[in-house]
Amino acid sequence: MTGTRTVVDPWRGFSGGAWQDTIDVADFIRHNHRPYTGDASFLTGATCRTLEVWGLLRQMFVEERRRGVYDVDAATPSGITAHRPGYIDRDRELIVGLQTDAPLRRAIMPAGGLRMVETALKAYGYELDPTVRQIFTRYRKTHNDAVFDAYPADVLAARRSHIITGLPDAYGRGRIIGDYRRVALYGVDRLVAERRAHRVALDTQPSTDAVIRDREELAEQIRALGELKEMAAGYGYDISGPAGTAREAIQWLYFAYLAATKEQNGAAMSLGRTAGFVDVYLERDLAEGRLTEIDAQELVDDFVIKLRIVRFLRTPEYDQLFSGDPTWVTESIGGMGNDGRPLVTRTSFRYLQTLYNLGPAPEPNLTVLWSPRLPEGFKRFCAQVSLDTSAIQYENDELIRPRFDDDAAIACCVSAMRVGKDMQFFGARANLAKALLYAINGGRDELTGDQVSPPMPAVGGEVLDYAEVLDAYDRMLDWLAATYVSALNVIHTMHDRYAYERLEMALHDYPVHRFLATGIAGLSVAVDSLSAIKHARVKVLRDETGLATDYLVEGDFPCFGNNDDRVDEIAVWLVGTFLAKLRRQRAYRNAEHTLSVLTITSNVVYGRHTGNTPDGRRAGEPFAPGANPMNGRDTHGLVAAALSVAKLPYDLARDGISLTSTVTPDGLGRTRDEQIGNLVGVLDGYTDAGGFHLNVNVLDRATLTDAMAHPERYPQLTIRVSGYAVNFVRLTPEQQRDVISRTFHGAL
Amino acid sequence: MTGPLPAAGRTPPGAADGRPLVGAVHSYDLSTGVDGPGTRFVAFLAGCPLRCRFCHSPDTWYRRSGREHTVDQLMAEVAKYRRFVTVAGGGVTISGGEPLMQPAFTGEVLRRCHADGLHTALDTSGFLGDRADDALLDATDLVLLDIKSWDPATYRRVTRTGRVTPTLRFARRLADRGTPVWIRFVLVPGLTDDEANVAGIASFVAGLATVQRVEVLPFHRLGAHKYTELGLSFPLADTAPPDAALLARVRGQFAAHGLTVH
Repeated sequence: MTGTRTVVDPWRGFSGGAWQDTIDVADFIRHNHRPYTGDASFLTGATCRTLEVWGLLRQMFVEERRRGVYDVDAATPSGITAHRPGYIDRDRELIVGLQTDAPLRRAIMPAGGLRMVETALKAYGYELDPTVRQIFTRYRKTHNDAVFDAYPADVLAARRSHIITGLPDAYGRGRIIGDYRRVALYGVDRLVAERRAHRVALDTQPSTDAVIRDREELAEQIRALGELKEMAAGYGYDISGPAGTAREAIQWLYFAYLAATKEQNGAAMSLGRTAGFVDVYLERDLAEGRLTEIDAQELVDDFVIKLRIVRFLRTPEYDQLFSGDPTWVTESIGGMGNDGRPLVTRTSFRYLQTLYNLGPAPEPNLTVLWSPRLPEGFKRFCAQVSLDTSAIQYENDELIRPRFDDDAAIACCVSAMRVGKDMQFFGARANLAKALLYAINGGRDELTGDQVSPPMPAVGGEVLDYAEVLDAYDRMLDWLAATYVSALNVIHTMHDRYAYERLEMALHDYPVHRFLATGIAGLSVAVDSLSAIKHARVKVLRDETGLATDYLVEGDFPCFGNNDDRVDEIAVWLVGTFLAKLRRQRAYRNAEHTLSVLTITSNVVYGRHTGNTPDGRRAGEPFAPGANPMNGRDTHGLVAAALSVAKLPYDLARDGISLTSTVTPDGLGRTRDEQIGNLVGVLDGYTDAGGFHLNVNVLDRATLTDAMAHPERYPQLTIRVSGYAVNFVRLTPEQQRDVISRTFHGAL
Repeated sequence: MTGPLPAAGRTPPGAADGRPLVGAVHSYDLSTGVDGPGTRFVAFLAGCPLRCRFCHSPDTWYRRSGREHTVDQLMAEVAKYRRFVTVAGGGVTISGGEPLMQPAFTGEVLRRCHADGLHTALDTSGFLGDRADDALLDATDLVLLDIKSWDPATYRRVTRTGRVTPTLRFARRLADRGTPVWIRFVLVPGLTDDEANVAGIASFVAGLATVQRVEVLPFHRLGAHKYTELGLSFPLADTAPPDAALLARVRGQFAAHGLTVH
C-alpha cells in the first residue's frame, strides 16, 4: 500500500456550505450526512482478513494479560515522531499506524511525571533508560514535579487523607478531544495556515501573560501539526491535503488520533464523534462503486482494531482503581440533528457491528446518544447489542443537544463537549461522604484523628441535630471547594506548561472554551446519612479523644434510589450547594466550573478510605458508583432508582451524572423480541424523565458462573427476581445454580 | 360448571360508610417484561386464600402483612411513574397476594388507573373471580390468570386450600366478555408436571378466544429464605427446578394447540 493520492477532487460530490471557507466539520456533516432509518439487516460479518489480523492480536492478548503488559520501550520518550512506523501485519492492514514500532509495545511519557513511569516500569520488570532519567531529572522538569512545587499545604493534607483523590497530578489529564476529523476533511496544510493566521493576529496584541501564552501555544500547535505530517509520511501517506476516499478519510483521522496518543498518556483519550463523518465518505465510495458493503464494514473493523490496542503504561495501582487497563477511547454515536433529522447513519450501525465482528470489548467505549425520537430500527439494534454484549452506554441526547449543539461528543464516560470548540481541565473528584464526617468532627479525619482542614467547631451532643450538622457541613464544603479548586488550578497551570497537548489543541478552535470539570464521590452515602440524621435518630459513638467514629441509627429513614422526594431533594440540594461553592472559586484561565457525579470503579477505593457513616455503612465498605443508590437500599426496582437519579438536574452537573444498572435478560421480558422492545422502552422512559446516563449491564451466564467461583470479585452482584432483589454471592451454591438455570433457561 | 362460591371473607373496610376505601398493600415495585407488557408499576396486595406449595411470596399471604393504604395514597405512588410506564409501553399491574381478596380496593385502583389512560392488568389465581364485578373487569385491559392445575386433586395438593372450578368459570367469563388473558402455569417437577394435568389446561385454554399467550413459569426456590424468616418450612425445599427437556415438553403441549407459548 502506498500513500499516493488516488483522486483528483477530494470534495467531489459534497454539498457546499460554510465549512468550505472556515474550519467547521459540524457544518460539513449537517450539509452532507444521510440519515438512515432502516434496521440492521444490511450489515455484514467479518472478513477472513479481518479475523486473521485480529487473530494475531488475540494471541498476544493472552500474553499481555499474563504479564500485565506485553512489552515496553523503556528508552524512548514518546512523541509524535519518536518511534519508527509499526505494523501488526503490514501486507494485510487496511488502516495503519501504531503508538510505537510494534503492537502492544507501550511507550513511556515522562513529561507527565517520571515517578509514574519508573514505578510502572519497575512493576512490570523493566528499567528506565538512565539517559532518559537524567534528562527528566536534571534538564527537564515534569508536570508532576511542578505541581508539587506549587501545591499549598491544605491540598497536600487533603490529598493525603483522600478527601480529594485521583487528581491528575502525576500523569496526563486527558479528557481533551481533538477534532481529528479536521485532518481528513481539510488536510494538515490548511489547518497550519489557519493556526498561522491566529498566531499572526496576536502580534498586534500587547504582550500580556495571556497573549504570550497563546502565541507560544499556537506555535507549539503548528509544530505538532508538522510532526503529524512527518509521522504519516513515515507510513507512506501525504496528509497535507484532504482525504479523497473513505479509506483515506479513516486513515487521516486515525493518524491524527494516533498522534495524540503518542504525545499524551491522558486519563481518557476519547475519539469524539466520527461515525457520521466517516459515513459521508463511505456512502460516496459506495455510490461511486469503489466499495461494497463488505469493504465498508472491513474498513470500520480495521479502524476499530486499532482503537482496541491503544495502550498506556500505568501503574498497577492505577489499573486497580479503574478496573483493568482503561483508555476511554469514547466514540459518540447517534443523536438527533438540530434540524430534527436523526444523525443516525449506516455507519452508526457499522461501528456497533464491530462488537459482533470482533467480539465484545470495553474499548472503544461506544456511547449512544439516545433520544426517544431516534429511528426505531436503530433503537432496537442498540438494545439488541446491549443484550448481547453489555458493551455500550447511553447518554441523553435531549439534554446534551440544547446545551452543546448537535456535534457534541462524550469524553471519558459522561463529559459532553462541543467537538473542537470545548476542552476541559479534568478534576477527578472530592469525597462528599468523608466531608460530612469531617463536618461532624470539626475537620479531623475519622480514621487517623489528624486535623486536616483548619479547626472548625465539631458537632456535639449524643444525637445528631440536622440543622447543626447542615451548618457544619456547609462550612466544611466551603473549605473543601476552595481547597479542591486550588489543587486543580495548580495542576492545570503546570500541565499547560510542562505537558501541553499540542496536537489535540491544534485541532480545536481558537480561542477555545474551557471547563473546569470537578467531580464528587459518595453522593448516595452522604445523602442517606443526612436522611438518617433528619428522619431517624442518629447517636454518635466517640473515642476517648472525642472523635466521632461510629453512629447508631434508631428508626427508619428514606434512602436515595426509591423515587422518594423526602430524600431525593437532599441529593439535589447537596449537588447544587457544592457546585455553587465551587463557582465562587476563581478558576484557572477563567474556565467554566462544571461538576460530575461519576466514579467509574474508584467508588471502591473512596469507600476504603472513609470511616463509618451515619447511614449505617461500615468503614471501608465501597460507595455506590457514580450517582447510584447504595446497593440494596433501592427496594422498588431499577426504574425507581433511575427516577431518583434523574431528579438531579443536569444543569447542576453538566459534566455528567452516571447511573449503572444491572439486568438479567429475563428481567426484561420472556422473548428476545420483547426484551429488546422493553429495553428500548426503559431507555425512552429514562431519557424522557431527564436521566442523563445509563450503563446497562445485561448479566450473562459466564458472569454468574464466575461469581460462583470468585464471590470476592462480585460483592455487589444483585439479581432481581419478580419483585425483590437478592445479593447473588450470599445465596447458597444450590440457590446460585437455581438462579443460573432459571435466568438462562432460554439458552440451555 | 357449578359449585358453591368460595367463602366471602370479611367485608373490606371503608367505602360503604363514607370512610375512604383502604387496602392492605404489601409492597410495590417497578418491573419490566414479567408482569404484563412493558415496564409496569406493580402493586402487591396482601392476603391470599391459597397457600401454594411453590409460592415465592409467603410474606404476602396475610392481610396483616401489608400496610394500610387509601386509594389516594396508592394512586400518589402510581402518579410518580405514570409518565415513565406510558413512555416505556407498560402500565399498572395489581398483583398480590390475591388482589381479589380486596375487590373493592382493587376495583377502585384499576378504575382510577384506567380512567387516567394507563394500561391495566390484574394478576390473579381466579379462585375469587366471582368477586370481580363487571365494573372492575371493565377497567381491566388484561388478566394474568394463574391456573395452578387442571386435575382437581393436584390443584388441591398444590394450593392446599383451593379448587379449580372457580378459576375455570372466571376464565370463561373473561373470554365471553372479550377481556384479553395471559395464562400462567407454574411448572413444578413431580407436582404439576403430569402430562394429563398439562393437557387438561392446554385444551381448556385453547377453547378460550381471548387468550393471547401462555407463560410456562419454571419453578424456582428463590423465595425459600422468606419461609425461613417467617419461621415456616418451605414444602418444596428439595424440589429442583424443571430441566430443559421437561420445560420443552410442557411448552410443546400448549403449542400443539396453536397457543403462543413463552
